[in-house]
Amino acid sequence: MALLEVKNLEVNYGLIKAIKGVSFEVNEGEIVALIGANGAGKTTIMHAINCILDKMSGKVFFDGKDITHARAHSLVGMGMSQVPEGRRIFQELTVFENLQLGYYSKKDKKKFEEKLNEMYSNFPILKERSKQIAGTLSGGEQQMLAMSRALMSSPKLLLLDEPSMGLSPLYVNTIFDMIKKVNEMGTTVLLVEQNAKKALSIADKAYVLEIGKMTKSGTGSELLNDDSVKKAYLGG
Amino acid sequence: MSTIIDGLSLGAIYALIALGYTMVYGIAKMLNFAHGDIIMVGAYALYSTLLLGQSPVVSVLAIIISIVACVVLGVVVERFAYRPLRGATPLAVLITAIGVSYMLQSIAQLIFKAKSRPVSFSIPGTTFGIHNSTILTLVVGTVVMVALTLFVNYTKTGRAMVAVSEDRAAAELMGINSNFIISLTFAIGSALAACAAIFYLMQIPLVNPTFGAMPGIKAFTAAVIGGIGSIPGAMIGGVLLGVVEKICLSIPAIAPYTTAIEFSCLIVILLVKPTGLLGRKRREKV
Ligand SMILES: Nc1ncnc2c1ncn2[C@@H]1O[C@H](COP(=O)(O)OP(=O)(O)OP(=O)(O)O)[C@@H](O)[C@H]1O
Ligand SMILES: [Mg+2]
Repeated sequence: MALLEVKNLEVNYGLIKAIKGVSFEVNEGEIVALIGANGAGKTTIMHAINCILDKMSGKVFFDGKDITHARAHSLVGMGMSQVPEGRRIFQELTVFENLQLGYYSKKDKKKFEEKLNEMYSNFPILKERSKQIAGTLSGGEQQMLAMSRALMSSPKLLLLDEPSMGLSPLYVNTIFDMIKKVNEMGTTVLLVEQNAKKALSIADKAYVLEIGKMTKSGTGSELLNDDSVKKAYLGG
Repeated sequence: MSTIIDGLSLGAIYALIALGYTMVYGIAKMLNFAHGDIIMVGAYALYSTLLLGQSPVVSVLAIIISIVACVVLGVVVERFAYRPLRGATPLAVLITAIGVSYMLQSIAQLIFKAKSRPVSFSIPGTTFGIHNSTILTLVVGTVVMVALTLFVNYTKTGRAMVAVSEDRAAAELMGINSNFIISLTFAIGSALAACAAIFYLMQIPLVNPTFGAMPGIKAFTAAVIGGIGSIPGAMIGGVLLGVVEKICLSIPAIAPYTTAIEFSCLIVILLVKPTGLLGRKRREKV
């Protein structure tokens, strides 16, 4: 059974049909990539999955449960966690406090220390900066923080919306290495990316989204070698 | 000297009310224009309970009933008047809040009629020439504000309030029930309003349906002076306004212009620092 299943999803913003009947699955242990041009509807799909958006039709199942109309805050307890588009870290709080909020849904204090140390060893810079106000971190550091914050709750499924946005190539590699590592440790990943080449190279399965519709799917390497994908998303 | 103490004490009252405005603004992103009328309801709750008789037991009961009434009212108003408008334009929410304000005043007028009713609720006597009520106001106000600051900065729930105020959707993604946090904010704001009502009655022992209007608008001014959305800002703004008011009132030549001077403070401060003393510009996020 798929860990995440999206069935006939449709989302309208007023008269704009942003998502026009999208279905896909994410199986346990996979990295699934969703690629598409600006405005294709990738973030909208993410918001529909995490229930930030409510006005939609279709169904979303997570871990065997219908979460179509779940409350957004209940999902992290069920094992879904997210790095939202634009990071959305709490700018006025410190690095440590952001990580604390990532653990908000959990109670076990001892486990918290463990998770915290795990994050600090993943990204030592976060430990160094633990008392710094998060808004003053560099973009790349903020991305590391957003990712660590999402991992604090030990999610079964991690949703990532453009984790490489605005990062220099070195940081992009750091982030993608971490995605792979997290996946190897057992977390399923749904990844939305502009950087299609990078995303496809680590994806087990990928979908191409064009103005609200899935137009292609395949394994990461299949799509990397697909002529139309190459032309549209990989720069020829 | 006693003028300054009086000012600090009045300032503490304004600060308690201003905290309600500023916390609701910071967390629910709305101006709760009915906040002043919560004070009025708190005052009538106190008045009604005191009709039971004059005894320490009744006094304590009156305080509890006043606080409970305000908390319940604040939470109910949020739940049924404001929550359905989440996501509506700010103007719609503002008009609704004004509507709630008139509704509460009208209900009070229906029940208690328009005439002012005397409330004798104060601690008689003076210490070092200062009214005991004034000292009590100052002490309790300070304790409450310190407690609130500790709560917001050092508890998990307080941290969740800060998170919701900064980015509601991101807070939800952390597992924070933002509706609960907003209800809690209204509850705290209303409890503080009830405290303010009780202390204000010690200074002005008359309650009528527009009882909350003046302290409400002054406290709102204080919240804006301090930087709306900022908790320490509301405290500083409130105290500043209280002290200015008492100083002006103590000088016969300018006493008649007291209110005008207070509102001028607002204009001057906003001209110099448009976000208020401790306010910050925030980027709006979707
Ligand atoms: N709140 C909204 N109101 C109206 N239209 C919206 C809203 N949010 C998104 N849209 C529209 O829906 C479409 C899909 O937007 P979405 O943000 O999902 O795209 P995206 O694939 O994530 O793009 P990008 O790669 O630029 O992040 C766009 O045409 C966008 O303008
Ligand atoms: Mg997007």
